[in-house]
Amino acid sequence: MMIAAIIFVFSIAAFLQFFVWHCRSILASCRRVELSDRVREVTGIQSRDFGAEDFGRLVQLVRLCPERGDDRGEIRAVGTYYGLLNILGRLARPTVPRIAAWTEHERESCSHFAAVALDRRISYSRDLFTQQVADRL
Amino acid sequence: MLGPLDYLVWSVGFLLEAYVVVCLALHRDTFRYFSLNLYMLAAALVTLGHYVTFHTYGYSSMQYRYFYYYSESLLIVLIYFTVMELYQHVFKEMNVSGYIRSAAAILLVATAFFSYAVVRQNKDHLTSHFVVELGQNLYFVGVVLTYLLWGAVLKLRETRTRLIQLILALGVYFSATAGTYALRNLFPGLQESVLRWVPPLIGTWLPLAWAYTFSKVSEDARLTTARLVAR
Repeated sequence: MMIAAIIFVFSIAAFLQFFVWHCRSILASCRRVELSDRVREVTGIQSRDFGAEDFGRLVQLVRLCPERGDDRGEIRAVGTYYGLLNILGRLARPTVPRIAAWTEHERESCSHFAAVALDRRISYSRDLFTQQVADRL
Repeated sequence: MLGPLDYLVWSVGFLLEAYVVVCLALHRDTFRYFSLNLYMLAAALVTLGHYVTFHTYGYSSMQYRYFYYYSESLLIVLIYFTVMELYQHVFKEMNVSGYIRSAAAILLVATAFFSYAVVRQNKDHLTSHFVVELGQNLYFVGVVLTYLLWGAVLKLRETRTRLIQLILALGVYFSATAGTYALRNLFPGLQESVLRWVPPLIGTWLPLAWAYTFSKVSEDARLTTARLVAR
């Protein structure tokens, strides 16, 4: 029982660390992706960077687009990470401002990731539409 | 009796595992990630085997149970080889493939010996409790191995995004599985309610994350690992 308890505690700690690093690696690989003007048109957000609070709206728009099938898991993983950051940010805001600032930065990265996913899905929808038109002709 | 959700998780798992194998073949990476490919192929076949055994003999039959536990052991051995392959990729430039192969062989023999010792002690009552304990230990060794590998990635300032994501996804899988096994060991009563759903869902995580990595992240993509662990 004792060994099981120790393994459980270590595994949960390792799981949280691996999960956070994995999500950050996904966000980092999207950080340098330049967004097209279409995303700004669709979302109505004109500023260069997306804010931390835009994540929910961007994910809603992503869900409206036809699925590509290969990004669903990552969107869900980043969504869970965003939720964890929300909780951590709320807890840290009154007590540890440095962590609150870090969570805010991470949430902005989550929004950028969602914008990249939206951009890819818009391109995919356009390709589908073009293909359908070409097939009809 | 299984419900629609069980069948859904089953089919999604199978499709994702097959997708990873196809994706590797299309990108001509089958031999670059040979053990990983073999593991995904075996996982897809095992998922198919579970379905066939379940339909032929039933959920509570001895055939299904034996197939389930033996295939699980086979998959654990294959996933150990996958971890070793990832070690080889990380230490590629240090020319230590021979040492890694030796370490892999020793680890495999040690794991087999440990399993044999436990089976010998429990041969009169090969209960599900024993199987849970064994699974918990084997997966925990996986967590430790992946943690060490991640330490090496940070130390060597590895920058290959694809490799980093493969290792981290494996770490999530190992730690979540080991944690679930340990929880089952601590609270056997939870098995029928909450924990019944966890292993199949974790099982879909690994092919899902790897499918994303192989289809979205190119072999040339680079990433600074220091940024991942820094606050």
